[in-house]
Amino acid sequence: MGTLSEISKQIIAGDASSVPSLTQKAISEGLPARDILQEGLIGGMSVIGAKFKAHEIFLPDVLMAARAMQAGMDKLKPLLIKEDVPSLGKVVLGTVRGDLHDIGKNLVSIMLKGAGFEVIDLGNDVSPENFIDTALENDAPVVAMSALLTTTMPVMGEVTDLIRQRGLDKKLKTIVGGAPLSNDAARDMGANAYAYDAASAVDRIRELLSGG
Amino acid sequence: MRPQLRFLDNDLIEKIVGEARVILKELGVTLHNDRVLSMLSDHGARIDKGTKQVYFTDSVIDSALSTVPNSFKLYDVLGNETHDFCSGKVHFTPGSAAINVLDFESGKARPPVTNDYVSYVKLVNQLEHIASQSTALIPSDVHQGMSDSYRLYLSLLLGEKPTVTGAFTIAGFDVMRDLQLAVRGDVDELRERPLTVFSCCPTAPLKWSDVTSQNAIDCAELSIPVELISMPLSGFVAPVTLVGTLIQHTAETLSGVVILQLANPGTPVLYGGSPAIFDVRYETTPMGAVETMMVDCAYAEIGRYLGMPTQAYIGLSDAKQLDAQAGLESSMGATLAALTGINNVSGPGMLDFESCTSLEKLVVDNEICGMTLRMLEGIHPKEDFPSISRFQELLSEKHLLISEHTRRYLREEHYFPGKAIDRAQRSRWLEEGGLTLGERANQEVRRLVKAYEPSRLQDSAKEELQNRMESEARRLGMDRLPETRIE
Repeated sequence: MGTLSEISKQIIAGDASSVPSLTQKAISEGLPARDILQEGLIGGMSVIGAKFKAHEIFLPDVLMAARAMQAGMDKLKPLLIKEDVPSLGKVVLGTVRGDLHDIGKNLVSIMLKGAGFEVIDLGNDVSPENFIDTALENDAPVVAMSALLTTTMPVMGEVTDLIRQRGLDKKLKTIVGGAPLSNDAARDMGANAYAYDAASAVDRIRELLSGG
Repeated sequence: MRPQLRFLDNDLIEKIVGEARVILKELGVTLHNDRVLSMLSDHGARIDKGTKQVYFTDSVIDSALSTVPNSFKLYDVLGNETHDFCSGKVHFTPGSAAINVLDFESGKARPPVTNDYVSYVKLVNQLEHIASQSTALIPSDVHQGMSDSYRLYLSLLLGEKPTVTGAFTIAGFDVMRDLQLAVRGDVDELRERPLTVFSCCPTAPLKWSDVTSQNAIDCAELSIPVELISMPLSGFVAPVTLVGTLIQHTAETLSGVVILQLANPGTPVLYGGSPAIFDVRYETTPMGAVETMMVDCAYAEIGRYLGMPTQAYIGLSDAKQLDAQAGLESSMGATLAALTGINNVSGPGMLDFESCTSLEKLVVDNEICGMTLRMLEGIHPKEDFPSISRFQELLSEKHLLISEHTRRYLREEHYFPGKAIDRAQRSRWLEEGGLTLGERANQEVRRLVKAYEPSRLQDSAKEELQNRMESEARRLGMDRLPETRIE
């Protein structure tokens, strides 16, 4: 079995201890960083994603795989930068102002990182300005917002309004999620996408970045 | 501890059994089979040949109770053990012998045909929590004279799980015996590894027909397990009180135990039944009535007290569609039956007073059974004491999703139902089509029927089954058996 297949296999098994050394082995073998990322790390996560959707495995298995993926990424990152391999995309993520609930947001962060995205996690109680400024400073095309409370949900609308007021709606896409949200609520507040869970957040962000 | 439900204390059980003995001794039962009457007479029971009445004695009852096994096992067509009918172990089996199938497309009940039965067997073969087949549907496209054996034939040919069944005639039993011998090879092997349970039903009040009593002793002769299905109807052909109904049920069932044990001591018996209250508004026998379920659970307590494994027709519904009533009656019954520890629970798939099987309901009921069996596992500590390190981990990691403890116990602590039970967020549910329970279950029926893999029974046995069934069909004037879609 090739090293990249072995990396995939160990990611599927959720073995965070072996993936870094296998990634190092692939680097030592002179394999391009892009191939290690796509065929090894993301390859394994794609299998995990499909199995999770089919209910063959559950969230803990996905998180274990994501942790293994992250461990490999830590080894690979310097080479990705050196070889100028772009990340799948940057996402600015946070729970909106007035809301301290971050469990769901943290899950989204893990899933996004596991899928190969770069995540700038602003934590909770994040102001609209902070979301937008951070995205601009880091050249991140996606702002992902979470809220648990119906009382804090309107802050998401403030962010989308502010993006429009500042003429950034071509440059910045928004995605929202959290217990009180729905497709209709997301549309009403002018968000570009809505995700009902962490796994679907990854799919929706992928669609946003591909112009879907 | 295992969760357990009781309706009767031992004093009340003793009183009920005592009354049943008095009924059997003083009023007796009417029994329309001369061979069985002679057998009972030979063992000291008093017989009135003119009225076909048999009066039992304490000694004949005690003797039967001393030989009836307190447990027995069932085996699939391949000879693997599947059932251990012993203290408190619960197995689910589909409700039996429906004259209609609920057609999902039209929403109408119609007489089933061969291919309905084939789909049913394919489905049951793959439903995890349905431990056995039953001959659940009566195909209408074969000669009536073979409608009992033909069901068993299809079950043995296509399915692997053991089968709960019954003969409709005395001759029907002979064919059904031969079909079992085709699978097992010989009588000794059939005795060693029972493949079926036969239902034998006394007629309320206190009667045994010629056919049923003959079927009973024919089963006994081959040590084929029998479930005794007494069917008192409270307020109609049984006392209106639940205790009165239980006295009658006990008397009728004990009379069956005596017949079986005299015919062949040690014959495996399930102390079963299908009693019901009589709904005097609609003149119906509601299986979903709470009192029906209470009587089921209570007679099972009596059966266990008398030292026998138990059975009941419970966990089914009187609804005509797969609707909320179907769910509530089925799950209430399944839950009560499991908490009582009824060993063979006959119900899944059944609607409309045991007259209509729905494949979609069978899929839903499989999940109800899964939840029920999880409940029976109870609550037990699993590395929970001391707990402080776990909470330290929770506080530092902020969640326990990937904790070793979670990963070790997730699948045994939490039961994950299949596709019928909806636990998705509303948005996901909408995205996936916003399907109703029935639609989801129907998708699952289609998927499983397609995913069916043929039984691993050896080809020679399958050929033998076919030969025996075809010969019976020819005897009854049918040129050939109906075509079956067995891809």
